[in-house]
Amino acid sequence: MESTTFIAIFATIVTASTPLLFAAIGELVVEKSGVLNLGVEGMMLVGAVSAFAVSTGTGSPYLGIVAAIGAGGVMALLFGILTLTLLANQVATGLALTLFGVGLSALIGQGYVGTPATGLAGIQIPWLSDIPVLGGLLFQYDIMVYMSLALTAAVSWFLFRTRPGLILRAVGESHDSAHAIGYGVIPIRYMAVIFGGMTSGLAGAYLTLAYTPLWTENMTAGRGWIALALVVFSTWKPGRLLFGAYLFGAVTIGQLHIQGLGVAIPSQFLSMLPYLATVIVLVLISRDQLRIRLNAPACLGKVFHPSA
Amino acid sequence: MLLKLEARGQRSRPMVYLTPVLAIVLTLIAGTIMFAMLGYPPMQALQAYFIEPISSAYGLSELLVKATPLALIGVGLAIGFRANVWNIGAEGQLTIGAIFAGGIALVFYEVDSPFILPLMIVAGLLGGMLWAAIPAYLRVRFNANEILTSLMLTYVAILILSYLVHGPWRDPDGLNFPESRIFSDSAVLPVLLEGTRLHLGAVFALLAVVAGWVFISRTLIGFQVRVIGLSPMAADYAGFSQKAVIWLTLLLSGALAGLAGMIEVSGPIGQLLPTISPGYGFTAIIVAFLGRLHPLGILIAALLMALTYLGGEVAQIDMNLPLAITGVFQGMILFFLLAVDVLINYRIRIDWPGNRPAGEGQ
Repeated sequence: MESTTFIAIFATIVTASTPLLFAAIGELVVEKSGVLNLGVEGMMLVGAVSAFAVSTGTGSPYLGIVAAIGAGGVMALLFGILTLTLLANQVATGLALTLFGVGLSALIGQGYVGTPATGLAGIQIPWLSDIPVLGGLLFQYDIMVYMSLALTAAVSWFLFRTRPGLILRAVGESHDSAHAIGYGVIPIRYMAVIFGGMTSGLAGAYLTLAYTPLWTENMTAGRGWIALALVVFSTWKPGRLLFGAYLFGAVTIGQLHIQGLGVAIPSQFLSMLPYLATVIVLVLISRDQLRIRLNAPACLGKVFHPSA
Repeated sequence: MLLKLEARGQRSRPMVYLTPVLAIVLTLIAGTIMFAMLGYPPMQALQAYFIEPISSAYGLSELLVKATPLALIGVGLAIGFRANVWNIGAEGQLTIGAIFAGGIALVFYEVDSPFILPLMIVAGLLGGMLWAAIPAYLRVRFNANEILTSLMLTYVAILILSYLVHGPWRDPDGLNFPESRIFSDSAVLPVLLEGTRLHLGAVFALLAVVAGWVFISRTLIGFQVRVIGLSPMAADYAGFSQKAVIWLTLLLSGALAGLAGMIEVSGPIGQLLPTISPGYGFTAIIVAFLGRLHPLGILIAALLMALTYLGGEVAQIDMNLPLAITGVFQGMILFFLLAVDVLINYRIRIDWPGNRPAGEGQ
């Protein structure tokens, strides 16, 4: 394969993987703290439309990114109030967050359908971007790609190399013990949940600012749910999550290229591939029950009330 | 002042019935604020949304048409939710049910026989059941989370429908639109009231509500479903099979969703289109919760949610309100319901500084 074609395909895989990585790395932190937020899809959509609206309104995609972080955080705060303060069922609340996010984003975005966005441009890094092949392969992306990779590394370091990270994991493993030692289970979970909302917002922003600089209703097309599956696939480990996100990016792009080549398979069947791959990956990872039980945070999805 | 949650020790029965009402009131208040913020006169908008659509006989019949699939799916989902089996792929099961039933209608397009409708009903039930059997098998055999698998299969189902109406099942006499033939008369559900779209499917929904109620409160297997949901360990001890309940609840909810799909294509739509449901499968999740996972409650909740669909359409025509408001209203109702449900198990105590009971102050 010619190196330019290879670089082009690799670059599209990176852009398809980045939103999955953003959404999944945040959800990983949330789940490590013992909370299951199924509202990723809804938070992504609200983040996506906020980024789009602010970016077209101000002409600055960077302000769009900030808006998406804020919008995702507010959505997550709603989830936190319901599940952490008002002790609502996390599965039901997560579903509510997604249903609400689908409606709210459609309402905000209805004036923006069909208008182009001010998208993010790739950054040319002096010297590095000019290296033949390698420069094109690694040093020509927009800022959010680098952000997503840095964030993954930072989360890995935070969770497994710092004391606050240890406390967060302790809260997820046994909230009663953590509470007895004197750690604030609820405040820690609030912070984790809001962090997850912010990265979901970023994931949405990447879709409207870089992946397809347009707004369409429900444009996440299940990516929030795929991100949730990726967290299980990673067995809650950031390194494996990175691998998983890029694997799914490759599946998405692979099927698009096959469609582009004009292969005599109806496009709908190729479009199914990412969803079927998610199911297959879930099955492969879940069949080893011991591994899931050893790695899943023991308090995942359980309600915590200090008086109980 | 400090608000504190105090465990009641026992579920409050009155609150179980009061909180849905409270959630609706809060949604209406939030809706008023939302309309004002969007720049529409709030009272007029609420009127167009919630009163106007049901102030005529035709409007009421339309309400029942839309409540029919919601009640059917909601009853099935609620039984699963009680056992902590989270089938959220009802939209996909509805789609496959519609494809199976529509397939029968298209294969027997030239045939005029009273057996076609019953055949379509069976096909719809089987289609939905088949699509729900996949997450059931993957959960029981491989421990794969049914929330994620059932949802992923929804996207697959919608793509299958898209393939069929764009390809092999496209109307040969049509103008290349992605639509199937319009079903022949013997494949269309009879209308109950002349001049409306109210069809036989509404009767099926009522039957499902009654059957669901008998199942959950009057049969041993319904009892097992409830016990597994309330205390999996007690259920284990009593020897109830968790796997059997997963299979049963998923197949049952899938079958009812498939029937809802059959009813949609054979009733109000009358052909296969790329989109056959405005998210009934997802809204039915809200219906199940709002109806307190109880078949009779679900019937009422289905009517209410049907009103949000109908109101959205009327308000769009009358006041040019965006259709997306329907989704916002539906999300808000579930949000508020989950929030105020805290009152079932907890009471709110207000602590005034200096007003602490003796023995509690430091």
